[in-house]
Amino acid sequence: MATPSLLLLLADGRFPAGAHAHSGGLEAAVAAGRVTDLATLEAFLAGRLATAGLVGAAFAAAAHRAAVPETVGRADALARLDAELDARTAAPALRAVSRRQGRALLRAGRAIWPDAAFADLPATPTGAHQPLVLGLLCAAAGLSRLETATIAAYGTLTGAASAGVRLLGLDPYRVQALLVGLADACDGTAADAARAADDPPERLPAAAAPLADIHAEIHATWEVRLFAS
Amino acid sequence: MRPDTVVPSAVPAVEPITPPATPPHDETVPHTHPEPGVDPHPPLARAGRALRVGIGGPVGSGKTALVAALCRAFADELRLGVVTNDIYTTEDADFLRRAGVLDPARIRAVETGCCPHTAIRDDIGANLDAVDELAEAVGPLDLVLVESGGDNLTATFSRGLVDRQIFVVDVAGGDKVPRKGGPGVTAADLLVINKTDLAPMVGADLAVMDRDARARRGDLPTLFLSIVGDPTATRVADWIRHELAHHAALHPLAVPVGPT
Amino acid sequence: MRAFARLVARADGRGGTALVELRGETPLLLRQTPADGGVATVHIVGGAAGPLAGDDLRLEIEVGPGAAVRVRSVAASIALPGRPGAVSRVAVRAVVHAGATLHWLPEQLVAAAGCAHLAESRIDLAAGASLRWRDELICGRYGEVPGGAVVHTQVDYAGRPLLRQSLAVGPQAPGWAGPAVLGGAPATGSLLVVDPSRPTAPPTAEGSVARLPLAGGPATLWTATAPDAHTLRAHLTV
Repeated sequence: MATPSLLLLLADGRFPAGAHAHSGGLEAAVAAGRVTDLATLEAFLAGRLATAGLVGAAFAAAAHRAAVPETVGRADALARLDAELDARTAAPALRAVSRRQGRALLRAGRAIWPDAAFADLPATPTGAHQPLVLGLLCAAAGLSRLETATIAAYGTLTGAASAGVRLLGLDPYRVQALLVGLADACDGTAADAARAADDPPERLPAAAAPLADIHAEIHATWEVRLFAS
Repeated sequence: MRPDTVVPSAVPAVEPITPPATPPHDETVPHTHPEPGVDPHPPLARAGRALRVGIGGPVGSGKTALVAALCRAFADELRLGVVTNDIYTTEDADFLRRAGVLDPARIRAVETGCCPHTAIRDDIGANLDAVDELAEAVGPLDLVLVESGGDNLTATFSRGLVDRQIFVVDVAGGDKVPRKGGPGVTAADLLVINKTDLAPMVGADLAVMDRDARARRGDLPTLFLSIVGDPTATRVADWIRHELAHHAALHPLAVPVGPT
Repeated sequence: MRAFARLVARADGRGGTALVELRGETPLLLRQTPADGGVATVHIVGGAAGPLAGDDLRLEIEVGPGAAVRVRSVAASIALPGRPGAVSRVAVRAVVHAGATLHWLPEQLVAAAGCAHLAESRIDLAAGASLRWRDELICGRYGEVPGGAVVHTQVDYAGRPLLRQSLAVGPQAPGWAGPAVLGGAPATGSLLVVDPSRPTAPPTAEGSVARLPLAGGPATLWTATAPDAHTLRAHLTV
């Protein structure tokens, strides 16, 4: 059985999977003048959790479900999830970021859990989507489906919050307090996502955020940027 | 043509390009030789994978200028790639492109999310991806230079990312920098004290810097450099050639096994 | 109120399209109107106010091989509150066969204060089918905070998932008006263009509009937010 320590280890922003280089769309939202202070950061985080956070957590949970040993046709199930997540990621820049983060996580995962089911991931040249890799990695670590979804949802919050501290010079104590305030919403999102993983892939959450797509494409054109996304 | 396999005694060294403006060896500038008596231009053996050399150091110490100098030095000699970690992402890469010293396809920029030291030390995946992408894009490489974003004296490279690291400080940063130490100064495989041409103008005492560096670094080499006077950073390039030879011995090229 | 409507179009063998089935019920009435540029055109004529919470309206569209249909509506639909605890639901199911074209270009959906509305569209495109599908959502009448509305779109192309998106606004949707989702814009929408005859253009974005080539087929999604319905329409007319 998994220990709480493994849950903490995988949720830790210091886990070497490249999280430090991604702002989750915050850098572009800051540049657009839409996030300027704690209040707007909180609204950003709440919206991101309910959209990208829910979708990512549901796909991580679904990949975790596909990873359990008795699953037949695991590679087919993961390929289907890959295509379904593509269809939920309209912006090419966001598809590329998800695959890039998946590749970074896979590099860490292969080094740490060499026996995980990574070989069943679709052989996409640019890498598998991050939530799929996370689901397999969490399964290999012995975490539950709910813990997997929690790590995914939590990661969408903390990455952007940490970027907010760096980009806007916000008081780190108040940003942490803001995350404390969002903890129930994060747990609720993770629980919804873990439940949704029982549905067929086409029914998984597809929460959209027009500005996330627009911001991502604008960000991708910048010649100078601090964050990879 | 570069030899694909090297028989050290039989194949003559690739003729080193004569640096156009190498100044005469100036013994008034203090320096330590990496390894006296070692031929700096032995025939270079091909290694199974590229030697990865990290180039770190504080902001403005001349890391990018050193990378550009090394690109010039190795232009016709090695299959070279560069990964930059500047916080402004494309700035360093653009400098190298503008300098015309390296094909843009051989340069990759890594975004570091305001954490240049994290990207080279704690969470190195994006840099490793960039190294892999270079090889995928342009074929096998002999040498990859990984330039850090300008950081502070405590920033060093992970051994998971680079095989050797060079730390660059400059005389304009003050002649007490080597005395301050820090992991970059004390532990880098090579310490480069750059912009020696500025020493008289900023009142830096090179002898003090040399003495302090020796005290801090023990047997590890230190080189004084002025790229103004030596646009191909001759002695740094020689040091890398030497390290390449060691690396090739440790990581031999996989040779297809013929019928016995 | 419950209503069911159905539209079936077939190629007439002379280069045109025949509407072989066209039926509806109040408040979901379909009227054939003069062909627009040679394309058979149908207008949805709202027979009552609404939809009101509790209404359940379903529309099925089938476009046979080689046929072409354009569907419009005569006015914006305004989702309004109704029975407490009830949801209004408008479900559109479209099947477009190879070589067929469907243009779905209705007027806006307005989510009025206190509404609880679900707009669900499911579109199956055969390989070689073409589509223009526009959804526009106005969050509240003038100066009004909207009730809850979800616009869910599910599109498959040649049996592969092409687009899944579910936009939620209103009190039940955390952060919907914030800088991660709509950034305070009262109008938002998207235009999906599937055109197997042309290569998709690369992505581009400016201000609050983006052109996004999709992964699952020869398709491009325009997505936009806007200060008003008029500006939104301009963004989503290509």
